[in-house]
Amino acid sequence: MVHTFSLLLQVADSQLPPTTGVFVIASIIKMLVMFTLVMVTVAYTTFAERRISAWIQDRHGPNRVGPWGLFQVLADGVKNFMKEETYPADAHKVLFMLAPALAFVPAMLTWAVIPFASPLPTPWGRIDMVVADLPVGFLFTLAISSLGVYGLTLAGWSSNNKYALLGGLRASAQMVSYEIAMGMSTVCVLLLAGNVHLSEIITQQVTMGWNVLLLSVAFFLFIIAAFAETNRVPFDLPESESELVAGYHTEYSAMKFSMFPISEYANMITAGAMLSTLFLGGWDIPFTTWDNLPPFTVLKTLLTFGFFAAKVVFWLFFFIWIRWTLPRFRYDQLMSLGWKLMLPIALAYVALIATVVVVLDKAGIVRGHMFGLILFGINIVSVAALFFWLDRGRMVSPAYSRLNRAGVDQLRAVAPRRSTLKGPGA
Amino acid sequence: MSNQFYPLFYSFHFYLFGLMALASSLMFVTRKSPVAAAMWLVATMFALAALYIMLDAQFVGVMQVLVYAGAIMVVFLFVVMLLNLGSPADLNDMRGKWGRLLAGFVGLALVAELMALTKSPLDLRLVLPAATDVPPTGGVIASIAAPMFKEYLLAFELTSVLLLAAIMGAVVLAKKTDAR
Repeated sequence: MVHTFSLLLQVADSQLPPTTGVFVIASIIKMLVMFTLVMVTVAYTTFAERRISAWIQDRHGPNRVGPWGLFQVLADGVKNFMKEETYPADAHKVLFMLAPALAFVPAMLTWAVIPFASPLPTPWGRIDMVVADLPVGFLFTLAISSLGVYGLTLAGWSSNNKYALLGGLRASAQMVSYEIAMGMSTVCVLLLAGNVHLSEIITQQVTMGWNVLLLSVAFFLFIIAAFAETNRVPFDLPESESELVAGYHTEYSAMKFSMFPISEYANMITAGAMLSTLFLGGWDIPFTTWDNLPPFTVLKTLLTFGFFAAKVVFWLFFFIWIRWTLPRFRYDQLMSLGWKLMLPIALAYVALIATVVVVLDKAGIVRGHMFGLILFGINIVSVAALFFWLDRGRMVSPAYSRLNRAGVDQLRAVAPRRSTLKGPGA
Repeated sequence: MSNQFYPLFYSFHFYLFGLMALASSLMFVTRKSPVAAAMWLVATMFALAALYIMLDAQFVGVMQVLVYAGAIMVVFLFVVMLLNLGSPADLNDMRGKWGRLLAGFVGLALVAELMALTKSPLDLRLVLPAATDVPPTGGVIASIAAPMFKEYLLAFELTSVLLLAAIMGAVVLAKKTDAR
C-alpha cells in the first residue's frame, strides 16, 4: 500500500502537469472540497437570504440561534430531517422520490468544469484548479443546466395535484424558452474567445478586457436568462405561491421538500459562477497580469480564489436583492419577454458582434487591448441605442413629467375616440 | 496506468454504457406510463452521449444531451402531461400476439443486419483518413465547423431553410383562430 502511494505520488516539477496517479488523487480531493464548499455556501445563502430580506423590509430576521443567528441553518436542517415525509394518494412513487434528486444533481454537476483559481503548484506537479478541464466546458454547462427542468416538471407531474402539475408545466415552458435566449446571448462570448473551453474564455478576457465591458448587451440578456433558469423572482412562476399554493413542490414535505430550495440555491451559486466566468474574467484579478503568468505560486492561487469567491458572493447578493425588490411577472409577460424581446435582440447582437470581429480581423488588428478598446466603443453605442429604444420616453421623460403643449393636445385628441369604442362595457 | 490499463478501462466503460443504453431502451419500449417511458429514453440518450464522448466526439456527446435530453424530451414530457392520458393501468398500446411476433422478427432482422455489417469490409468512402492531431487552435469544435461551413455549406444552408419553413408552419398553425 505504502509502496503504491510512493509510486503514485512521484515528486515532479511543480510547474508541469502531474502524472496520471497524482491527477486522479487530486481530482478526488478537488471534488470533495468543491462539493463541501458549495453545500456550505448553499446553507449560508439561505441564511443570507433571510437576513437580507429582513434588512430590506426593516425587520430583524433570524437572530436567536447562535451568535447573530448563524446556527439557524443547522436548526433548519435538523427540523427538515425530523419532519414526517408524506406521500400523496396516487402519486407516482418512483418519480416522486426521484424528482428532488433530479433537481439537485444538475445544479452541482456544473461545478465540475468551472475554473475557480489559478493553477496550484505542488511537489507532485501543477494542479489545475478546476475539477474537470473539459475542452467543451461551456457546452457542458449549457447541457447540464438544461436538465434541471426535469426535477421540477416531474415533481409537478408525479404529485397527482393540479396545482403542482401547473407549476411543473410552467417550469418546463419557461426553462426551455429562456435556455434559447441564454444560449444565443453567450454566442458572442464564444465568438470573441474562439473556443468553448472555459479556461480559454478567461484567457481571452485577460488579453482583451472583461466581457462585461465588451459585450454588455449579452451580459444583460444572460443575467435575465439566469434568473429565469434558477426560477428566482421575478421568474418564480413555477412556484408562484399566490396562485398555485406552492407550485411544483406543493405536495412535498420534510427533506424531500428541502431538496428543492437547496437545488435552487445551488443553481444560484452556479449561475453566479457562470456570470463571473463568462463576463467578469473568472478568477482573474483586474488591472494586472501578475496572477495570469507563470510561475504559479500558492499565494496566487489563494488570491485568485478569493477574487472568484468575491465575484460569486456579489452575484448571490444581487440575486437576493432583486428578489426582494421586484414583483413577479405575469405568464404572458414572461413568454413575450423571452421570445419577442430577448431572442431577437440576442440574434441581432450576435450578427453585430460577428461582423465587428470579422472586420477587425480583416483589418489586421491583433486580438489584444486595441481590439478590446474598439469593441468597448461599439458596446457603449449599442447599449445606449438599446436603452433609448427600450425606454421610449418612459424613464428619460416619464409620464408624470411636465408635458409640452403638443403632448397634452395629443392625449386629449385620443381620449374621446376611445369612449366611442363599441364593446360589452361601453 | 496510461499504457497497459487503458484498453481495459476503455472496454469496461464501453460495455457499461452500451449495456445501460440497451437496458434503458428496452425499458423505454416496454413501459406503459408515457412519462416513465420518456424518462427511460432520456437515460438511453445519456448512455449514448457517454459512448460518443469516449470516442473523443465530445461535441456530439454534449449536443446529444443538450438537444435531445435537454430540449426535445422536455417538450415531449410537456405534451404528454398536457394530454393527460389517464392512469397508466388503463393504457395499453401493446399490439396483440401477431404484432409482438412481427416486432420480434423486425428486431431480429436488424440484429442480423448489424452482424452482417460488422463482418463485411467497410466501404472505402467511410474509412477515415489516418488520425491527425486536433488543430491546436479552435479546439474540438473547429473540426466539425470547418467542413460544415466550407465543403457542405449548401446542404447546411438548405437545411436551415427547411427548419425555417417548419418554424413558420408551426407559427401559422398556432395563430389559426376560428372565424367569427
